[in-house]
Amino acid sequence: MSAAVEDTFESAGRRSLTLPFTGIWRNGLFAAGTWALTAVLTYGLPDVITWGATELFAAAALVGAGIFLALSVTVHRLGSVGRTLVHYGPWFIVLGLWLAVWEVLTAKLGWLPKPFFSPPQGLLHVYVTDWDRLLICIAYTGRLWGLGFFSGILVGFAGGVALGWSKRFAYWGMPLLKLIGPVPASAWIPCTFFIFPSTFHASIFLVALASGIPVAILTAAGVSQVNRSFYDVARTLGADNRFLIFKVAIPASLPNVFVGLFMGLYYSFAVLVVAEMLGAKFGLGWYLQFNTAYSAYANVYAALIIMALICAGLVRLLFVARDRLLGWQKGIL
Amino acid sequence: MALALAEANPIESIALDVEGVSHRYDVDGKDLQVLDNVSLTIAPGEFVALLGPSGCGKSTLLRLAAGLETATVGKVLEDGRPITAPNPDRILVFQDATLFPWRTVRDNIAIGLEARRLLDTKGYRIDEVLKLVKLEGFADFYPHQLSGGMAQRAALARALVNDPKLLLLDEPFGKLDSLTRLRMQNELLDLWKSAGFTALLVTHDVEEALLLADRVIVLSDRPASIVAEIRVDRPHPRRRDDATLVALRSQLLEKLGISHDV
Ligand SMILES: Nc1ncnc2c1ncn2[C@@H]1O[C@H](COP(=O)(O)OP(=O)(O)OP(=O)(O)O)[C@@H](O)[C@H]1O
Ligand SMILES: [Mg+2]
Repeated sequence: MSAAVEDTFESAGRRSLTLPFTGIWRNGLFAAGTWALTAVLTYGLPDVITWGATELFAAAALVGAGIFLALSVTVHRLGSVGRTLVHYGPWFIVLGLWLAVWEVLTAKLGWLPKPFFSPPQGLLHVYVTDWDRLLICIAYTGRLWGLGFFSGILVGFAGGVALGWSKRFAYWGMPLLKLIGPVPASAWIPCTFFIFPSTFHASIFLVALASGIPVAILTAAGVSQVNRSFYDVARTLGADNRFLIFKVAIPASLPNVFVGLFMGLYYSFAVLVVAEMLGAKFGLGWYLQFNTAYSAYANVYAALIIMALICAGLVRLLFVARDRLLGWQKGIL
Repeated sequence: MALALAEANPIESIALDVEGVSHRYDVDGKDLQVLDNVSLTIAPGEFVALLGPSGCGKSTLLRLAAGLETATVGKVLEDGRPITAPNPDRILVFQDATLFPWRTVRDNIAIGLEARRLLDTKGYRIDEVLKLVKLEGFADFYPHQLSGGMAQRAALARALVNDPKLLLLDEPFGKLDSLTRLRMQNELLDLWKSAGFTALLVTHDVEEALLLADRVIVLSDRPASIVAEIRVDRPHPRRRDDATLVALRSQLLEKLGISHDV
């Protein structure tokens, strides 16, 4: 499903990109080359600006190159993992090039100056020196995000079903939802301070709001768009309201709900920084603000990369959940 | 097969009375009259076929009998009691299969039993009806993996598994190839004979009506009123070239406004 539409028509063409699946993996060799280039440039050229971790980064890039070199002959024995690696071969090549160019433009030539830009070795330096604080921040953010996101989507989903199902609910709820929906999270801060007993609760509320609203809107739309004939069929077969809601309306609108969940996931990450403005002592959002204030942009980038990776991982998980639940859509979409 | 079904579950049938029913739809504020003073009585266990031009209101009449809608004027009664809501005793097989795309064939057929919490006691019937409609190999297929005819058969199975007392059929064989159609017609007939439910079948096919029904009712163009009612007093199995049926056929075609030489 995540594949582009073009893919379904040109699958033969795409296959020729990754096949033949024997012999030497040429893209692996190229990737080893670009990564080795990064290592050589990093180690060989003098730093115009000191960032630290120069040797370490060069060594890491060299290890990367070595891994690709080894993979270029063994990848075919790795089964499905190997296939995935081969699929992303061009990405690995470009990644190596990108690291080299980035390294040269920042640390080696200084065209992109400190502190606004950081070379990859600068980021590595942050991870090596500040890992303990970053880990604590990840844990704190994870707790805030988990509580906020899951309570948000739960309430959003239940509210969405009610809004889509009941005319009375929709009459009162829909206008409110449309008013609340576009309000930026930071606008809520004053009243959340007043309403909630602690800043932590207020932060949870902001994350919950950001993730719950798209889920509510899309669930409501999904439920109200369910084909009436499905209800007619179920009713003639003896279904009560409970059955109509749980066995007809909800499964029929699940594709919409998932769109809402994806949006909610992205919004919840976007709002983390704001939520952790409210007197948090740790957390990735807090880490971003703290380091921005001190112009420690390398730390900011390092934390951003972590956030992006976590978000991408969660999106991936959500895709897996969706494919599980919506397997029946495979032949339709 | 059909016999086995009936022995296991003797089914009572019900009488359907349509008394002076007129029905209107409100289409963007405009009144659309669909049925015009339709009256008909169907005895328990009777098999009645309904013929009429496209868009005259046949499906509407079935929706009224199923209890999905209430007649604007007049009454629809089951065994003398007004029909106010859907009830699994009266099951409508819709013109489109309307299978739930998120359920497999088996789970689609199970809907009625599931809704009435009979899955534990009557779940075995699912396999019986699957066999009856020759879909036993497709139980775990999703609707989008079925052909149009298979979907229609699955929809028929979904109705039959509930042992309806009144079976309302809206062109159930419309999408079947002629061979399957013949086979399904015979299966339906066997089932009707053994199970004894009352059947009201909407069809476009004059021959189908004559082969199956005790009585054929012809509706006029919209707004539909009854223009003819023909009793088919021939024993089953009937042959298409039966002289009586051939005569009735041209009579019916005439009532439908089609000349003899078609
Ligand atoms: N829900 C509805 N709202 C408004 N008009 C409707 C509705 N359902 C049916 N109609 C109208 O009622 C008329 C009869 O429809 P119906 O579906 O009963 O016809 P039919 O006899 O079953 O036709 P066909 O043989 O083509 O299936 C049509 O003109 C249709 O436009
Ligand atoms: Mg119809």
